Amino acid sequence: MSQFAINLLFVGASFALYIGIAIWARAGSTKEFYVAGGGVNPITNGMATAADWMSAASFISMAGLLAAGGYANSSFLMGWTGGYVLLAMLLAPYLRKFGKFTVPDFIGDRFYSKGARITAVACLIIMSVTYVIGQMTGAGVAFSRFLEVSSSTGIWIAAGVVFVYAVFGGMKGITYTQVAQYVVLIIAYTIPAVFISLQLTNNPIPMFGMFSTHTESGVPLLVKLNEIVRELGFQDYTADVSNKLNMVLFTLSLMIGTAGLPHVIIRFFTVPKVADARWSAGWTLVFIALLYLTAPAVASMARLNLLTTIYPDGPTAAALDYAERPDWIKTWEQTGLITWTDKNNDGRIQLYNDSPAFAATAEERGWAGNELTVNNDILVLANPEIANLPGWVVGLIAAGGIAAALSTAAGLLLAISSAISHDLIKNIINPQISEKGEMLAARISMAGAILLATYLGLNPPGFAAQVVALAFGIAAATLFPALMMGIFSKRVNSYGAIAGMLTGLVVTLLYIFTYLGWFFIPGTNMLPNTADNWILGISPLSFGAVGAMINFIVAFAVSSVTAPPPKAIQELVESVRYPKGAGAAVDH
Amino acid sequence: MADHNMNAAAYWSANLRYITISLIVWALVSYGFAILLRPMLAGIEVGGTDLGFWFAQQGSIITFIAIIFIYAWKMNKLDKEFGVEE
Repeated sequence: MSQFAINLLFVGASFALYIGIAIWARAGSTKEFYVAGGGVNPITNGMATAADWMSAASFISMAGLLAAGGYANSSFLMGWTGGYVLLAMLLAPYLRKFGKFTVPDFIGDRFYSKGARITAVACLIIMSVTYVIGQMTGAGVAFSRFLEVSSSTGIWIAAGVVFVYAVFGGMKGITYTQVAQYVVLIIAYTIPAVFISLQLTNNPIPMFGMFSTHTESGVPLLVKLNEIVRELGFQDYTADVSNKLNMVLFTLSLMIGTAGLPHVIIRFFTVPKVADARWSAGWTLVFIALLYLTAPAVASMARLNLLTTIYPDGPTAAALDYAERPDWIKTWEQTGLITWTDKNNDGRIQLYNDSPAFAATAEERGWAGNELTVNNDILVLANPEIANLPGWVVGLIAAGGIAAALSTAAGLLLAISSAISHDLIKNIINPQISEKGEMLAARISMAGAILLATYLGLNPPGFAAQVVALAFGIAAATLFPALMMGIFSKRVNSYGAIAGMLTGLVVTLLYIFTYLGWFFIPGTNMLPNTADNWILGISPLSFGAVGAMINFIVAFAVSSVTAPPPKAIQELVESVRYPKGAGAAVDH
Repeated sequence: MADHNMNAAAYWSANLRYITISLIVWALVSYGFAILLRPMLAGIEVGGTDLGFWFAQQGSIITFIAIIFIYAWKMNKLDKEFGVEE
């Protein structure tokens, strides 16, 4: 069977499974559409939330980022997992007790204000739309690489599949397809990693292999990797960073942002009880950790594999002859994600750090510049080929990458469509709408959101690449503080909450636009985006944590000089703090 | 009613105490061991590198899981003690 046929079989079988689940899990009421009926087992929900959370970026790009940045990029690992600690203790159980359908629902009720609800809806839509574009393009890339169709065709196919289960099944259909998608993606991620770990360290568990002895050289794997990268002018893989303030703030922004993402929060509305919401957060992190503990191992091992392929006799000896390059380099050259230019005309591939500090050594070795560029995103996708694994593993990776993109896209689309049909239509425009009418509105909003996401995936705007800045920055600076204050303070009132969210949003966007350009239009940035120009060395991507602090300060200051919330609202705060009497998500 | 309110206040302050302790551990392993205190832990070797690197790439994640499960277990027990469970 050809590789194409195998890939088609794996992707086709996974799609058949998702559509089968969609037919089985049709939503019959708004409660089923928004919160899957509220009866999802906490472990099942943990698995679905893990798939909801782990996007094309986690699956495809994260190992590449870690491989390129080494220790400095550990922020992604800690930031994207530490947020669940905040979610488990500061938000999920209380919002579950509150027992309604959306995140703006809580903000609108707790701050007794349409203005607060609309602000929350606007923030939710900006971050979720930015986020969903990356999922559509990610699915397109996976299709074009593995199924030999254009990436636009891939995006249309992905949109069609999501349409089937999200429009008919709502949260119920999404939940059970996400469980299936989790299983597909975790198997696809782990199998190549296990084989690579065995090949390099004889240890079948990648997370242990990373800290074991490199079989071939007899020294620890990370020591070997450090030796090689040092010889090529790169900084040590495990080297410490000098700007610790920025690393702390970046990690904190990712953590707070993760806890404030609406598509993750609403997953905790689907479990039966408050106690289940707490357990479910723990299970979610267990399922996420299976991938996140493997990713750093994949990163270090793939980087070592790449460098030992290019320098088979060590970095000081002759590099690989281009004519003898392995097949996987040839495959990826065709996609343009690996490129080679023979700068010193010796027919060999030199890969090193082209920095002034290393120039003398490079000249001594007869090198005239770095000749190979490798896109970070191919590490995971090329892993099975690098490790010489059989064709079915490649097919599995294709299905896994697409599963990661689809599961996150569906969760985001539900967050967007429920904010429109429930918060805007049901709660603001037409409160008299019937259950049946709201259900129809929910399905139409979902279909509209899918079309919008497809359009933006086909024509990605400039801001599409700014998921970290826009989605996590805004979630950290607006929704997380508002939700937390709504639960932990009885004194913060509507004026404070709205002023806090708007100030957090505006200040964060201004800081981002200053360095990345107004609305990300190239050339319109007021200051160059380099560490020397950042205030106190804080990168625009790390600013969400500062935005969150500003939000807290403004909200408390404004609330303290205005009237406290009405008694009924203080009682609402009191009631979300105690689990008793939650029952299922209320119909309303 | 007064008794009920006192109970409620005690339940909430116990919850806040658990949260505070958990957040101290959460910050210690990530911002502490993995970032700010890493140079101080440089002497402790783990698999060819230092303890801070291990915390940054694996240790903090494992600790986060432990924090959530311990918190969930303690809180679910607290719910029953105060009779506020569902």
